[in-house]
Amino acid sequence: MDAVFLSRIQFALAAGFHFIFPPLTLGMGLLIVINETLYLKTDREIYKNISKFLVKIFALIFAIGVSTGIVLEFSFGTNWSTYSRMVGDIFGAPLAAEGILAFFLESVFIGVLLFGRDRVSKKVYWLSAFLVFFGSHLSGLWIIIANSWMQTPAGFVIEGGRAVLTDFFAAAVNYSTAQRFLHTIIGGWQSGALFLAGISAWYIIKKRDLDYAKPMLKISLLLFIVTSFLQFGTGHMHAVQVAKTQPIKMAAMEGLWDSKEGAPLSVFGFPVESEKKTYLEIGIPKLLSIMIYADPNAKVQGLNDFPEELHPPIFLTFQTYHVMIGLGGLFALMSAIGVFLLFRKKLYDTTWYLYLLLFTIPLPVIACEMGWMAAEIGRQPWAVYNVLKTADAASVVVPAWQVLLTIIMFTVIYSLLFVLFIKFLTQMIKKGPEEIIKTSGY
Amino acid sequence: METLEILQITWFILIGILFAGYAVLDGFDLGIGSLLPILTKNDEKKVSVLFRSIGPVWDGNEVWLITAGGALFAAFPHAYATVFSGFYLALMLVLFGLILRAVSIEFFTLETENKGIWAKTFFIGSIIPSILFGVALGNVIMGVPLDASMEFTGNFFTLLRPFPLATGLLGFTAILMQGLTYTMLKTEGEIHDTAKVLAGKVWYGYIVMFLFAAVLSFISVTGSACNIIAWVAAALSLGSLFAAKMLIGKGEEFKAFLASSLAFISLWGIAGALQYPVLVRAINDPALSITAFNASSSQLTLSVMLGIALAGMPVVIGYSIYVYRVYRGKVK
Repeated sequence: MDAVFLSRIQFALAAGFHFIFPPLTLGMGLLIVINETLYLKTDREIYKNISKFLVKIFALIFAIGVSTGIVLEFSFGTNWSTYSRMVGDIFGAPLAAEGILAFFLESVFIGVLLFGRDRVSKKVYWLSAFLVFFGSHLSGLWIIIANSWMQTPAGFVIEGGRAVLTDFFAAAVNYSTAQRFLHTIIGGWQSGALFLAGISAWYIIKKRDLDYAKPMLKISLLLFIVTSFLQFGTGHMHAVQVAKTQPIKMAAMEGLWDSKEGAPLSVFGFPVESEKKTYLEIGIPKLLSIMIYADPNAKVQGLNDFPEELHPPIFLTFQTYHVMIGLGGLFALMSAIGVFLLFRKKLYDTTWYLYLLLFTIPLPVIACEMGWMAAEIGRQPWAVYNVLKTADAASVVVPAWQVLLTIIMFTVIYSLLFVLFIKFLTQMIKKGPEEIIKTSGY
Repeated sequence: METLEILQITWFILIGILFAGYAVLDGFDLGIGSLLPILTKNDEKKVSVLFRSIGPVWDGNEVWLITAGGALFAAFPHAYATVFSGFYLALMLVLFGLILRAVSIEFFTLETENKGIWAKTFFIGSIIPSILFGVALGNVIMGVPLDASMEFTGNFFTLLRPFPLATGLLGFTAILMQGLTYTMLKTEGEIHDTAKVLAGKVWYGYIVMFLFAAVLSFISVTGSACNIIAWVAAALSLGSLFAAKMLIGKGEEFKAFLASSLAFISLWGIAGALQYPVLVRAINDPALSITAFNASSSQLTLSVMLGIALAGMPVVIGYSIYVYRVYRGKVK
């Protein structure tokens, strides 16, 4: 095994594990702000108490998110130093800006959020909650800016083998930044919404903490339905952008081998790379052409139009993309049923639906992971699309055995962290909001 | 001087300031972590007091490292690439420590049966980076073998030479002093008194390591003996140290913490003076050194980043001071 391959594995591991937490941070941050705002407006204690409960859970998620996020910032230098040299002129800036403009904001004000309720006024506390929410989203924006530049690079020229910035705004707000930011953020909100809905459902099933569970379920369900339908819009915008700026990725996601006028939208299938064929294909005729070009007979480029060495791993790109879309459909359906039950005043008695909410808690996070994988795997063999190949981006001085050693280290630590995350999370949920909000800090 | 050169020099200084800011601020919570077993004698109530003293602020402190790292990446990609890949195993140990300590405080809060384990992990997670940061810095000052494409050509053991080990221990004592003066400032009773006694002992260690590293620098770092700015910074650092000792004796805790911080910042001043304009010295051939002038990003990137830093950092410092003030006073 060579060092480049191992570094890919390590980055996938580090990014994949880290990315469990940011979507939940975004979603929970929004829910805290919603409850704090309701408290500020209505002065009803229940909203304050819900927020207190959410803040405790948020703290756990945030801590693991921060600790695993540092690894990624180091990784570009430790494992991808050639990448850092080649594109540091552009890629470093958003990371630094993220620190200065966003990460400080959320990390300093989380100090107030966690321990400051009795030390600052109601309004300042609300503001702190808002700034943590705002900072985490701004943080997401800078990270998406950096990653979108890898997907659809702009605002630079190549000089002496290095990418040199020519237009900061064009590089930051490139062809895919806006769509990808909205799509990622709303994925985070969905994750937070179903997370809280599932927890609330459990309390209702157990017939306990109902004073909390009912308003929590109502708020999270409303957020869930809004985000689940909005996500179709952002997903569509993003897909159109991919089709136009990264056609190979789109062909891989759709398992489309031959270029076709009136291309179908693939619903299911098993693309086999060696045979250049997709088995058990189910597609909706002409829909892909309609969705991308608003024309049922428009031509969509297939994989065979491109040299094989520029193909990403087709099977993985195809399946991750499809699992994400399937889950997106499921969320819309689930949220619609939930809101229907809510308006028929049957929500709290429909046990099967409450169980469904409980057991689907991890699915939005999995959908986020799948979407992220489709985006990153679909970009291969490029680290920076059409500029720098991943195979040429790794550190040259780090021997394979060292990377192997650190993969083992991260696997052990992250497994432990995950087990502890689940342990402490379930412990908090079982204690229940009533108990939790009585315990102060340390 | 050309605009590009001015920007390169400015960023050389700014990155020094960011790392110094990190050292001073995260220094005190790293120091508390490194001394946790001694300060608390594994008494969970005392651990809890110390965690409460740093809990609301340590997250923000650590962002100084993230930002300094990001700024180094943005301003001097080659320096970032060379050091991070060259010091691979050492930095992975640092990461191991940082991950461990970042979750320890939270897990300590949530743990019901055996809280003590999270005090231990916080200790381990704090002491590893506290020593290794200084070792890494000592290496870039003394110089490491580099090739013509700026790649590190040494190995893990290259990093463990006498001078870097001395700067590692010097940085460690500085971090301990930050932790102890902060502990005195924020606590009362037994922990406070333990910290005061300890500070007296660590102070001598600090002075010894300071002189030891200084003597070694005359051997290991070219031109160090006749660098006037380094001498001024060294005098300032020593002066602050003596002031800290006196202020600790008088019970002027906030001023003692400031004096300890100033001593630490002055150490960064020495490092900066010895380094300028070099970022990573090539020990095999000075011409191969990575400097602010041959390793920087483009003029446009440096300008944009300067705009962001000048607009952003004063605001960051402003709200950080506000939050520190919200939590001022002794922890009960």
